[in-house]
Order: sequence, then C-alpha cells, then structure tokens
Amino acid sequence: MESGLMHHVALWLAAFLTLGIFSFLYRDNTWYKVCEAIFVGISAGYWFVAYFWDNLYTKFWVGVWVTPMADRPDDWYVLYVGAALGILMLLRLVPKVGWISRWPLAFIVGATAGLYLVTYFASNVMLQIEDTVRPIFGAENDAPIYEIIGNIVVAVGTFTGLIYFFFSKEHRGAFGRAAKVGIFFLMITFGASFGYTVMSRMSLLIGRMDFLFSDWLKLIK
Amino acid sequence: MEHGAKSRYEIPVLIAVVTLTLVIYVARHAEWFGYLQLSAGLSLILMLLVAGSLIWILIRTLDGNPAGRRMVFLYVAVAVVLPLSMQLTQKIEVTPEVNQLYRGLQALPHGAKVLATFDYDPGSAAELQPMAETFFKYAFDRGFKVIIMGLWPQGPAQANMALTKVLSEERYKVKSLRYGVDYVNLGFQSGNEFVIQRMGGEFKSMFPTDYNGTPYDSLPIIRNVKNFSNIDYSFNLSAGYPGTKEWVLVGVDQFGFKMGAGNTAVQTTGMYPYLRSGQLIGILGGMSGAAEFEEITKYRGKGTKFMLSQSFSHVVVVVFIIIGNVAYIMFERGRATEKKKKA
Repeated sequence: MESGLMHHVALWLAAFLTLGIFSFLYRDNTWYKVCEAIFVGISAGYWFVAYFWDNLYTKFWVGVWVTPMADRPDDWYVLYVGAALGILMLLRLVPKVGWISRWPLAFIVGATAGLYLVTYFASNVMLQIEDTVRPIFGAENDAPIYEIIGNIVVAVGTFTGLIYFFFSKEHRGAFGRAAKVGIFFLMITFGASFGYTVMSRMSLLIGRMDFLFSDWLKLIK
Repeated sequence: MEHGAKSRYEIPVLIAVVTLTLVIYVARHAEWFGYLQLSAGLSLILMLLVAGSLIWILIRTLDGNPAGRRMVFLYVAVAVVLPLSMQLTQKIEVTPEVNQLYRGLQALPHGAKVLATFDYDPGSAAELQPMAETFFKYAFDRGFKVIIMGLWPQGPAQANMALTKVLSEERYKVKSLRYGVDYVNLGFQSGNEFVIQRMGGEFKSMFPTDYNGTPYDSLPIIRNVKNFSNIDYSFNLSAGYPGTKEWVLVGVDQFGFKMGAGNTAVQTTGMYPYLRSGQLIGILGGMSGAAEFEEITKYRGKGTKFMLSQSFSHVVVVVFIIIGNVAYIMFERGRATEKKKKA
C-alpha cells in the first residue's frame, strides 16, 4: 500500500542507499563502502536465488521427481545430463579433482560456438557485407541524395577502417593515407559512442534524482 | 580545503541537511505545501544565473584559479534537478529510426500478437521504463495481444511494474483488459540465446507455465502460439547481454520475424548496423529515443519530462569541457614559461 509504513521504510532505505553512493563524490567514506557492499551482496544473492529456483528447483527437482511421467516432455532425461554437468562444474571447488570442471566448460564453449558459427557468419558477416556494398545510387538509380552520400560514407569508412587494421604492410604512401582516413572514421565512431555513453550515464543520474525529489521528498511532480 | 581532508563544518552541515530533509519529507507527505513548480520566467532567470556563474568560473580559470571537481559535480546536479521542476517544454524531433519503429507497429492489425521481451534490470530503468510504458499504452489502445517474457531475471518484474502503472490509468481501466486474454507474462527463462533457439521450435518447451505458474495451454492468448511463426511483431527492450544482438542473430535472422528494439544509449551505436541492413525495423536509443517514442505516439511521459534535464546537463558538461581545456592550456603555458625562466 502506498501510504503504509513499509512504503515509507522502503523509500527511506532506497534514499539512504542512493545518497550513500553519491557521497563518494564528496569523499571516500564508510557510508559509501557500506552501500557498495550491500549492493554487491544483494546482487550476488539475487542471482543465486533466481538461478537456484529457476534451474535446480523448477527444472531439475520438479522436472525429474515431481512431474508425473505422463506430463513430462519426451526429452526429460536430458535434465540428468545438465545436472551432471552442473555437479562437475562445482568440482572446481575441490583442488584435487578441479580439472574435471573443464568438461562442462568445454561443453558450454562448444555448444555456443556451434550455435554461433553459422549465425554469426550469416548475420554479422554476410548480411553486413551485403549492406556495405549496396549500389551507391540505389537499386534502380533512384536513391535520394542523402542516401547516396550515406552509401559512399559507409563504403569508404568500412574500406579505410579495414586498411587501418591491416598491419602486414607498412602504413606509407597511398596506403598510409587511406589508413589515416580510416582513423578519422574510427574516431568519429568512438566519439558518437562516447556521446551516447554520456547520455546514458546522465539518464541514470536523472532517474535517481527523479526518485529523490519526486518519489521520496515529493517536491517535484 | 584539501580534497579528502576533514572540515570542522562537515558534521553541523550534515545535521542541518538531515533535519531539513526530515522537515520537507513530513511537510510534503502531509501536504502542508504543494509541489515545487518553477514558472517559465523564473526558469529562464535561473538558467541565465547558471550560465553567468559558468562564465565567472571560466574567468577565474583564465586568472589561474580553476574550479575543483566538487564544483563540477554540484553544477551537474543542479543542471539535472532544476529542469525537473521547470514548466518548460522542449521541442522533440522524431528521428527516422524511431519513425520506422512506429510505422512497423502502426502497420499491425487489431489483435496482432506482439512478443515483448524485457532484457534489463532496475539499473537501466531510467532509460527503458518510459519506453515500456509507452509501448504498453500504444499496444492496448491498438488492441494488440501482448506476450511478455525476459532473458534477464528482473526483466519480467520490470514489465509488471510498467503494466501496473499503465493499467491503473482510467483510460485503460475502462477497457477491462484481462490477464491471459489481452496480455500475459511468461516470466524469466535462463539460458540466454539458447532460449531463443528453443523458442523457434516451441515456446512451450521454454515456458511450460507463465510468471504465476499457470500452465501454458490454459492461457487463451498463447494457446495457439506454437513458435515465432505465430508472432506478428517483436519488441525488445535491452540493456546488454543477452539482448537485442542475440535476438537479431538467433531470432530474427533464423526465424524471420519482424523486430523493433529499445536500447540503452550505451549499446545503441552497436545496433545501428542491424537497422541499416533491415535486420531491425527501428531503434529507440536511450532517453532521447524514449522521448521521441512518446512524441510520435502522443503519450507524453517521463521520457519527455527528463529531456530538459538531459539537454541542460549536456550543455553544462560541454561548458566544463571547454573550461577544463582552458585550464589545461593555462597550466601548460605556465609550465613552459617556468621552463624558459629556468633555462
């Protein structure tokens, strides 16, 4: 309930933690360290609980022991494989047999690589190359001027950017000049990315300030 | 005062601030006075005062007295808080990527099934929650059937928060939207991109029950939804891994459904190549994307409200970058002069 005691306690607790983290801007202090430790501890605890109930309890315990045989999916026994790999992963905590934990790791790396081998190549390589070498004036020579400029910029930027990362040949002469153009494109990209990062961090600050002044103190509507 | 050194004023100032905060808290919660609202005229005067004081800092810097880092923090805080109480509105231009996303949603028929995936946590709520709220408002007004899920544990909870807020509005109360018929929350599923892969075969294999434990087949909205081929559109809100990139690589490119995405500003630049190649229909980038989405859908909310703070704080940051560079040049020039004297 909005007006209940717990609501006020929650508001004060959230404000206490928010201001505690902000207090670092003034100086490193105990209040900040307490808030930081609480944040790290709660995050780790939350993930542990979420995965415990989602994987160990719901999938394995309920899936293997509680669910009636008739209601189980055809491949329910695969859960045993998952559980076995999970236990093997925990053997990392026992130094003598810790090497066994490499098996589940190898399984994870292999499965992920297998899934991504084709998808990455198709999506991040083929489709992107296809998009880079699209007709400069449009498929039917009817592209508007801004699109033509955009197509040229993308083609030149990609080509010169790749040249910059080609270190087998010395960056001299025409090759060196192309690499320099590549650096300009890279710097503009990093600049745009940095600008977005500043916006993102400001957004987080605005979010917390909105909480302090709207939700907590109710000074701002 | 040296940074890091203790001042004898710290404790009295802290006590005064805590007391003042308590008084304001009690007074406002008991509604002894109203909200702090700055008129357009007063807002303009305050902005001019801030601009004037920044010029003064620049002049002091030119005189060899650069401002400390705490002064920068203070100015950024003022630049963020003041506009929140100002009765000014900022004109928001809708960019083509937001327009494309909107057109994608607009093209959907009444009753279209939309998969809304929430891949973020409270840390990114300032940017993504306004997008979520606007999306729900638009979806419910257009009569879309919304299927919610998350690859982040806190994602479905964020969706529920946005849903609760939207459904508490009178406009949506009268629609009598029903859980399981008009919208459903399937909850979180661990497994990252492998969840998307399995959903391509059958949703039910990854979500045998919904968020509340109700069996998949007993929910009318998804009873006939086998996999992505039964989905008309997907809307992803993402703050990292797993998120938009995984949905594009494993979902869109393999199973061929249409997707629009709302991203935190940090990851937006990385998503633009997918927009140009048509793998994404549109992108909402950060808080400005949220504000543009609110502008184009005409549901003005927190995204629009926050944009004035965003713009004002950016101006202050740019001015401090200039002041910082001036201070650096002055310092370098001073050092060069000293070197010459020594030589």
